[in-house]
This record gives sequence, C-alpha cells and structure tokens, in this order.
Amino acid sequence: MEKNKNFIVGIFDDEDILLHAVEHIREKGVKIHEVFSPFPVHGLDEALGYTRSRLPIAAFLFGMTGTILALFTQIWMLGFDWPMIIGGKNHASLPPFIPVTFEFTVLLSAFGMVGTFFIVSDMKPYGWPRQFDLRSTDDKHVMAIDLASNKLSKDELSRILKDNGASEINEKNF
Amino acid sequence: MIADEKYIFKPETKRKLFILGAVGILLFALGVFMAMSGGGHEAEGSQAAVELSKNLVATSDHAAAAEGPEAEAGEHHGSPIWLKRIYTSLWHNNVFFAGIGIIGLFFIAIQYAAQAGWSAPIKRIPLAIGHWIPFAGILMLVLWFVVKADVFHWTHHDLYVVGGPDYDALIDGKGGYFFWPLADGGFPLFYIFRMVAFFGLWYLFFVWIKKEMLAEDIDGSTEHWYTARKLSAIFLVIFGYSSSVAAWDWVMSIDTHWFSTMMGWYVFASWWVTGLAVITVIVVSLKNAGYLKMVTANHLHDLGKFIFAFSIFWTYIWFSQFMLIYYANIPEETVYFITRLKNNPYSWIFYTNLILNFVLPFLLFMTRDAKRHMSMLLVVCPIVITGHWFDFYNMITPGVMMGHGGIGLLEIGMGLIFTAVFLFVVLNALSKLQLVAKNHPCMAESLNHHI
Repeated sequence: MEKNKNFIVGIFDDEDILLHAVEHIREKGVKIHEVFSPFPVHGLDEALGYTRSRLPIAAFLFGMTGTILALFTQIWMLGFDWPMIIGGKNHASLPPFIPVTFEFTVLLSAFGMVGTFFIVSDMKPYGWPRQFDLRSTDDKHVMAIDLASNKLSKDELSRILKDNGASEINEKNF
Repeated sequence: MIADEKYIFKPETKRKLFILGAVGILLFALGVFMAMSGGGHEAEGSQAAVELSKNLVATSDHAAAAEGPEAEAGEHHGSPIWLKRIYTSLWHNNVFFAGIGIIGLFFIAIQYAAQAGWSAPIKRIPLAIGHWIPFAGILMLVLWFVVKADVFHWTHHDLYVVGGPDYDALIDGKGGYFFWPLADGGFPLFYIFRMVAFFGLWYLFFVWIKKEMLAEDIDGSTEHWYTARKLSAIFLVIFGYSSSVAAWDWVMSIDTHWFSTMMGWYVFASWWVTGLAVITVIVVSLKNAGYLKMVTANHLHDLGKFIFAFSIFWTYIWFSQFMLIYYANIPEETVYFITRLKNNPYSWIFYTNLILNFVLPFLLFMTRDAKRHMSMLLVVCPIVITGHWFDFYNMITPGVMMGHGGIGLLEIGMGLIFTAVFLFVVLNALSKLQLVAKNHPCMAESLNHHI
C-alpha cells in the first residue's frame, strides 16, 4: 500500500449512532475506508455494503491441497517408492490412509486460512498494521475515511461526520 | 405477537398421499408377483454369489467354532424367498420410519435442553412427526411376531439344545440377553420387555412434553417451558441408552454372531440425520405452500447446517466401524462386510450409500448459500432420506436374505406405502395443532434470528 495517505478519522461512542452514521454517510456518496470496533456490531457488514468474505473459498482450496498431498504422499511412499506389507493389506490400501488424509486436510485448511487472514489483515511479520486510533481496541468505534478516494474536501467530510454523531474528529497520516 | 395459524390438510393433499400409497401397493404387488414367478431365476443367478461368500468366509475363518455362521443362516429354514423378502422389507421400513418418528421427539428435547431459541417457530413440525411413535411401536410389536422366524435367526429353539445338531455355542452364550428370565429358546421375555418399555417410555415423554407445549399456547406461563426442559433432559438420558439398545435389538441381533460396539451410534446417527432431513423437507414444503411466514433463510440455514454436520457425523461413525474391522481382519468381524461387499445388490448399495449420504450432502451443502435456498434444501434432503433408507436396507437385509436379497419393485413399493401412511399420520397430526407456538418464551429471539 502507498505511503502518506491522508485519512479523516471519526470517533464514535455508541454502536447505534455508528450504525446510523455509516448508513447516512454512505448515502451521501462518501466512501468509507474502514470501521474499527472493539466488539462485533450486528448489521455493520451490511451497512458498509461488504460482500461476503472469500476466506471459505481459500479454506476449501487449502483443504483440497492437503487432501491431494496426503493421498499422493502415502500412495507414492507405501505403494511405489518403498512398498511394504502391513497387516496383510495391499501396498496402497485406501482405508488406513483416510485418517492421515483427514488430519492433513484439516491442518492445511486451518493454517492456510489463518495465514491468509493475517496477510489480508495487514498483520505481516516485520510490519505493523495501520492503527487509526488505539481506542478502537478499548471503548470507541473508529471510522476511517480516505481523502484520496473521496471528492469532498477535508472540511466537508469533517462536517458530515460531526452531523452524524462523531464525538471527535482527527486526521491521520501514514 | 403470533397470529393463529393452522395447517389445513387439504383433500387434494390427501388424494396425493392416497395415490402415492396406491402406487406403492401396485408396485409392491407387481414386485411380489415378479419375485414369486421369476424369483427362481434370480436366485440361481445369485447362487454363485452365495457360494463365493461362503468360500470367503470359510477361507478367512480357520477358527472352526463359528463356521460360516452368516452364510448358513440364510439357508435352511423357513419361508420361500419372496415371503422372506416381504418380511425383511416390512422390518426394514418399520425400523427406518420408527426412527424418524422418535427423532421428532428427540429434536424437541434437544432444543429444550440446549435452551435453543432459533427453532421456536418450527417446533410443531417435529412434534407432529412424534405422533408416529405409537403407530411404530404397535407395528414393531405385531411385525416382530410375524417376521421373527425368518428375520431373527436367534429365535430358533434348536440353536439352544446342547448337543443337538443345530446347537450354536455363540448364540447360546447370548441367550440371556434375549430370553431372561425364561429358558433359552422359548419366549424372549427380556427382548419383548425392552421393546415395549422403550416405546412406552418414548410415548410417555412424548405425551408429557406435548402437553406442556400445548398448555403454553393457552395460559402463556413460562412454567411450561421449564417443565418441558426438565422432561426433555430426563428423556435425553433415557433415549441415549434406549436408542443404543434398540439398535442392538432390532438391527444388530439379525446378524446374531456378529457384534459391533459402534452399532448403537451408527443407527442413531442414521436416524437422526434422516429425521433432520424430514423436518426440513416438511418446513420447506409448508413455506412453499404459504405457511410459516416467520421462518426465514436464517432458520433454514440452521437446519441445513444440522444436516451437513450430521451427514459428516454419520460418515465418521461409518468409517470408525469399517476401518477397525478392515484393519484388524478378524474373521468373525469381517464376515459382516464380506457379505455386503461380495453379494449383489448389497455391494453397489454399499458404495451408493457413501455417495448419497456423504459425498453429495458434503459437496452440495458446503457453501452458505446452498443451505439458505429452499430449492437446494429440497434437492439435498430427499437425497439424504433415500440414502439412509438404503443404509438401513444394507444393515438389515443381508443378514436375512444372504445371497437371495434383491431390491426392486417390492422394496420400493413397500417404501412408498410406508411413506404415504407416515406422511398421512404426521400431516393429520399437524393439522390438529396450532402450527406455531403462541407464547413460546424464545419466540422473539427466533423472529430476530440472524446468522
């Protein structure tokens, strides 16, 4: 992401005010960069117009990778590379491979999902996610508006935020 | 808050059910006719399969004590093949539908015990399904005396005569489980007692919980909810044990020599996911017919998740049972799966079972959208119900019919007859109830349910 972006940051005390503010501000055609809240606010995703996360698709693909990898490894190792007779079964007999396949599917899908989520959320190693206001982890709701992606001026945006119940308005540069 | 709403059991719905039943009877009669006339040919064809399975059992079975017990069970005594098929089919369908009936009550009990709020508007549908319990109980008891000689090998007196030609040490060892306190090989008092006691207890709790649910409509006191929760908790403990023992009695005792510690769970899992699918089909059909306006995609989503999760649970149980027997490779255990894998039609049903009950629900129900759309629910639920009907077929039939088993018009017809009668009883019961609870304490929560 580019550096030196300018953001207008509105602080909200109450989630109901925040929810209505989000709706009204979006109606005015303002693009909201992101909203941070200390707890999940019901209906916020819809109010922000978010489409559903694609994380489940990533999870499925990671899981499939695990399934294929586990099956391939076991069949290749025990069936072709170093065939061994175990319990009088065929070299590559499917049922005993299933538990390992299952575990590996779960492992890769879980790890892959967490990794994807961290990367998407900007929580990379040797980096630091952008924090618009630390109080969003405590008792305030924080709405960030990107100046670059809105036509309105800084003052107009501040006024809109104020009108919609923001208790405090700050600027933030990264 | 909730308007009076009643399901009207329309004459045209009744007519449809009668037609379904009539088609069932027609197919059944045709199937019986075909089995009586062409049955010999069919049996010849599968004779090789019988031999094959006998050889397999014999080769894998060097412990001479139990020499091919299953293969032998289907041979010597009793009724002609076509009559055996009818008996097996009757027992198969009754165990299957009895399970759906009792799951109606089990679903309600789970909701109360878990203090679940989301299900408040749909609880009357499982309640209506529970009305099948007394019918299933009476049918089970009557049918047992009709089919016992053919379906339950262990009922034969000669097996318990020490030193006799048919003496079977393994079955004799299990005699007490069936016949106590009477003599082995006589009247199975303990077995019949269990059957009567289970249905009696289930019905009793059904009546008690139903009474509380209906009384709540009238006076609106939350006392009824608390009483129903208490009753539900007690019922769940009883059901936990009784469903497991019922599975040993009604399903596992057919393969008398064989046993599996997973069987109780396996039968329960199969019943439970079928019951959930039946509840969902009825809810969706009612919504399509214009009832249950307050039931939204969110409630359907929960039902869909239930079916998705318990399809996987069933597969887990299936695999746990199969895997251990496969890996240990002990002859008296593997005989169960050899019978099912080496004979037709059991072998194709064996694999179809996994596709219908695991692969299809797993893939089709994986996404969120699939579980929220009524059309998708109406595709997957019938698949699951049919799949578990086949599952029960493969649990019950091979132990009775051995290589002579068939699946054709006879079995399908019987299934349709049971479906029609079951639906008639359930819908008739539903039309006599208030469709939605009026004073359910969790109703407000459910109306705002959002996931």
